[in-house]
Amino acid sequence: MNKQLHMKARPTSTEQGGRNGSRFLKTLIRDKWLYLMLFPGVFYFLLFKYGPMYGLIIAFQNFQPVLGVSGSEFVGFRHFTRLFTEPMFWTLFRNTLILAVYNIVFFFPAPILLALLLNEVRMKFFKNTVQMLIYIPHFISWPVVVGLCYVLFTINGGIVNEIIIGLGGNELNVLMNESAFRPMIVAQQIWKEVGWGTIIFLAALAGVNVELYESARMDGASRWRQMYHITLPAIRSTIIILFILRLGSFMDSGFEQIFLMVNALNRNVGEVFDTYVYSVGLIGGQFSYSTAVGLFKSIIGLLLVVAANRLAKLWDEEGVY
Amino acid sequence: MGARHQTWGSRTFDIFNHLFLSIIALLMLLPLLYVIAGSFASDAELSVKQIVLIPTEPTLDSYRYILSSGIIFRSLLNSIFITVIATAINMLSTAIMAYPLSRVTLMGRGWIMKMVVFTLLFQGGLIPNYLLVRELGLLDSYWSLWLPGAIAAFNLILLKNFFQQLPDGIEEAAKIDGCNDMQILIRIALPLSMPSIAALTLFYAVGNWNSYFPALMYIGDSLKWPIQVWLRQIVILSQAGFDVNANMEDYVQPPETTKLAVICVATIPILMVYPFLQKYFAKGMLLGSVKG
Repeated sequence: MNKQLHMKARPTSTEQGGRNGSRFLKTLIRDKWLYLMLFPGVFYFLLFKYGPMYGLIIAFQNFQPVLGVSGSEFVGFRHFTRLFTEPMFWTLFRNTLILAVYNIVFFFPAPILLALLLNEVRMKFFKNTVQMLIYIPHFISWPVVVGLCYVLFTINGGIVNEIIIGLGGNELNVLMNESAFRPMIVAQQIWKEVGWGTIIFLAALAGVNVELYESARMDGASRWRQMYHITLPAIRSTIIILFILRLGSFMDSGFEQIFLMVNALNRNVGEVFDTYVYSVGLIGGQFSYSTAVGLFKSIIGLLLVVAANRLAKLWDEEGVY
Repeated sequence: MGARHQTWGSRTFDIFNHLFLSIIALLMLLPLLYVIAGSFASDAELSVKQIVLIPTEPTLDSYRYILSSGIIFRSLLNSIFITVIATAINMLSTAIMAYPLSRVTLMGRGWIMKMVVFTLLFQGGLIPNYLLVRELGLLDSYWSLWLPGAIAAFNLILLKNFFQQLPDGIEEAAKIDGCNDMQILIRIALPLSMPSIAALTLFYAVGNWNSYFPALMYIGDSLKWPIQVWLRQIVILSQAGFDVNANMEDYVQPPETTKLAVICVATIPILMVYPFLQKYFAKGMLLGSVKG
């Protein structure tokens, strides 16, 4: 994992263009099939990934679909000023930030902890069974997970409330309750992805030399000390890489999920930048303004990755790029 | 694992660890079992006693209802169609791009990789994507679901790294025998990479089957919707007390067991893929990541 985004390989010096053009041409001809194969993919990236980036220009325009990107009026930072003075801005900012922090604090460590616990299990059959079961939720779509949540937690005869009432408690309306929104989001994320998230750590752990544990045990190291001094260092770089990548999507903690969970009653805590972009842009048709909102969010995300990557390199760790 | 003399603390830890992991596994499993059981229960039974783990009189009524109500059955077929074509496009375009990028002697490779990696860090966002799809005239067509997500940069890098580890000698031998690079990819690189290919196919297929948002955004015609979009309408919107979409004006709120059955039919097809590919994916996922 830790190196997969890291590309060092360059054309070797003998193959590099060189001083004369004929050699350059020769390489092109030699690799003509490779370039031919590369073409559709590069075209795809330019059109569908860089095309929308070009489209970001409309954040600085009064974009009108009839006039197109080239014909629309340029308005500079007007949409950004509007965003920052909008009373909604701080609500969006707070909601996005809190969900992101919840995600990092509660969801990010969960697969690491689970992998550490699984790693301590010696019964192969038990370990395999648990692994097989905890991978299943990853294959379930967000509409199903959220739908499941509605079915289980509804006050109109949902099983969870039936159990609570059966035990003599008061029914909980978690679906319509503002304070339950964020815990619910995090709980769903953990339920869906915690098991799958262990794969990468278990793989790193499988590479640890067993002799290290044996000699540690000889020296009288307890299980906890072994975990701290051998197991954790083994997955350190994996944790750092995943953390940087996580920061990259810090600002969009699960749009597809939040979109399904937001309703009229919890909008106050549930509306984030992404859902706002959807309702203002796609539903409201304010393309330029909503693009500006999205761009603001993406830039914060990009800055976070760059900062985190710097930091990782400062600590002598390999970054993602 | 070596020495047998365990301390008391170590043994207590083991007991609690096993207990804890069992509870976690059950938490993952129970909601699903409840839904499956509920979908086979009769509506009367489900509304009388809420907790049904084994229905007393299992019935296929809700499934019969789904099959007879054209819209859900149709959306299931739509989903299968969308997923199969999308995954084929994904695999084809990813493999064809990953192979040249895995050739370290290829001129310009570094730049293209930089271009790919940047898209992992920064994207145009929702509205520019939507406008592009509209501009290309793909709205309301399945191409709007197939093309914009044709290559996932992450999967591309995974496969590229895998190809890079294949021994060079075979490729050179094939070249001498007169194979071109395309033939090498098809006849040599792909067959040698089956674990990775299987893993990627699984990742793509799961993503395609489970995705609902692009369809919601790009496909206006509800007859073309995949099952995930219908699931949102039937299970989530109806329960949240929303006005249901205009397309659903003549749509009757389904009974609870039907909702559970819809959840099942939306989930079980993709879960069935998992055991077939399971033996490959862990292996394939890891092999691709050893070296960059």
